Amino acid sequence: MTNLVLAAVEGTSDHRGLTAALFLVVVLLTVGITFWASRNTKTAADYYAGGRSFTGAQNGLAVAGDYMSAASFLGISGAIALSGYDGFLYSIGFLVAWLVALLLIAELLRNSGRFTMADQLAYRMKQRPVRTAAATSTVIVSIFYLLAQMVGAGALVALLLGIEGDALKNFTIAAVGVLMIFYVVVGGMKGTTWVQIVKAVLLMVGTVLITVLVLAKFGFNLSELLGTAAANSGHGQAFLEPGLKYGVSTTSKLDFVSLAIALVLGTAGLPHILIRFYTVPTARDARKSVMWAIALIGAFYLMTLVLGFGAAALVTGDAKQRIVDSGGNLASPLLAQAVGGGAGSTSGAVLLALISAVAFATILAVVAGLTLTSASSVAHDLYANVWKKGTASEKDEVKMARIAAFIIGGVAIVLAIPGQKLNVAFLVALAFAVAASANLPALLYNLFWKRFTTRGAVWSIYGGLISAVGLVFFSPTVSGAETALFPNGDWAWFPLANPGIVSVPLGFLFGWLGTVTSTDRTSESHFTELEVRSLTGAGAAK
Amino acid sequence: MVEDVSSPAHQSYERLHATGEFAELKSSYLGFVVPVTIGFMLWYFLYVVLSNWAPGFMGTKVVGNINVALVFGLLQFLSTFGIAWAYQRFSARRMDPLADELRAEFEREVGA
Repeated sequence: MTNLVLAAVEGTSDHRGLTAALFLVVVLLTVGITFWASRNTKTAADYYAGGRSFTGAQNGLAVAGDYMSAASFLGISGAIALSGYDGFLYSIGFLVAWLVALLLIAELLRNSGRFTMADQLAYRMKQRPVRTAAATSTVIVSIFYLLAQMVGAGALVALLLGIEGDALKNFTIAAVGVLMIFYVVVGGMKGTTWVQIVKAVLLMVGTVLITVLVLAKFGFNLSELLGTAAANSGHGQAFLEPGLKYGVSTTSKLDFVSLAIALVLGTAGLPHILIRFYTVPTARDARKSVMWAIALIGAFYLMTLVLGFGAAALVTGDAKQRIVDSGGNLASPLLAQAVGGGAGSTSGAVLLALISAVAFATILAVVAGLTLTSASSVAHDLYANVWKKGTASEKDEVKMARIAAFIIGGVAIVLAIPGQKLNVAFLVALAFAVAASANLPALLYNLFWKRFTTRGAVWSIYGGLISAVGLVFFSPTVSGAETALFPNGDWAWFPLANPGIVSVPLGFLFGWLGTVTSTDRTSESHFTELEVRSLTGAGAAK
Repeated sequence: MVEDVSSPAHQSYERLHATGEFAELKSSYLGFVVPVTIGFMLWYFLYVVLSNWAPGFMGTKVVGNINVALVFGLLQFLSTFGIAWAYQRFSARRMDPLADELRAEFEREVGA
């Protein structure tokens, strides 16, 4: 915090001071909201599910705020700025995936669960093994995603503030971590949701503004924007066609198919998305939430297309090199500067600072959601139901959730600081792959297959989880390549960076195998209840 | 079980499950989501496969600098919005009234 203030004072002449000042505004605003939200957080339903009092529209904004990470905001526009069409191709999986959530998961989950993903899976199964498996998968998916976000945050904030040095990056990671712990410990689901709503509004307003400014430069003619982007990209027409990134070899093509499978099936299995459906009063509001989320996320990715090609078309000279050096992450901020009048202009500095602050708010909202998700699962599933076998009082459970948030946040800070030296960007894709391979098969079988058993649930979760993580461990992302996590070792026998094409079918296969080899039929007798409850909402948690 | 289901609740669930209304609710739900899910999955993976293995076709210009690849991508947005809207309409008309009726019966029998 002190560094930010110092930077604000020193750099008032350029965008850095303004950026730092806006970062402070974001921090103060979200801290204020969290205090305000904490006043009404008393029961377990308040802490885990925001009292189930959010409207469909509010939750839709929060879902969008939870989902669109800095990797989407800065990463996808950067991918388009650098590899043209393939960046756009990548973004589409993130949107189409929401149909799985809308049609198959959101409403049924709201009706049959209470606070965590495990609630739904454990509905008709033996509590302890299923909850342990589901909590393990929840914590692993959330921690992977969280680490990727926090490691990125250090580099990103340093980039956005334009300051070099490891000390500042370490400080940034610690500051983001402390803020995130604060939102979750103090504000619970209510505080976290409002932080996500504020972030979503800021993100949409910022993105619309830059999109309109970019399109105005081309007389609102998309074809002209694309033509200029292609000409300035150095790739010519190939920039507008698929192939620059994913089409270079048969392996890279298969890798993209594998990634697409993980994206489309993983979204509806991400625990931090799933628990958002519990924050609304009815299944119908859960449906409305997803409708809002689809509208917002779809509009956002459409605008990302303009931002990415806009950056390729309009950012030139030194700034263009900075986009390349940042791996694309600076495409949106530097585009904002360019459409505002370029480096040195006041309006350019204002827009750059504004977009940087949006990126900062984005990081905070996403990491808070992930920490809350892991903490809820540790407290509700592992502590209250596995360890205490349901005898813990509500007060103890919420206290445990707060302690868990503290510990998980602390562990994330401690891991993320040394993690900066490693290439951990693959962890986001891995989180989607685990969600698609471990969580989604178990959820779908539980909702739609009467015969599904405890053993099937446990096998599909651990089977999908171990397959996804194991294949990545033996892939070129971890060893055997210059860009790998351990570039000096080589134990990579699995050629693809994305495991989904193998691990998703394996998750389904293990769930089936576990079920047909099990003689336990108790889960079948409760399927009638689950069906009536999930489709009608009769007896759903209020 | 998440919550211990009381005996009257259990009986009510069993009874509602056997009603014609529930059978209709379930079949209209599955009748919508199963074909639509298969449809949008095939449609999306067709797009992914063509992007990977049919670059010539995808690079064909439609108008100005707008090529088939871009139109195909934008159609994925349109189809996603369209399916979401159609599902909302379908569920509000065909499913919600049945679900409301069954839930009201449950609450009458068991207490809300």
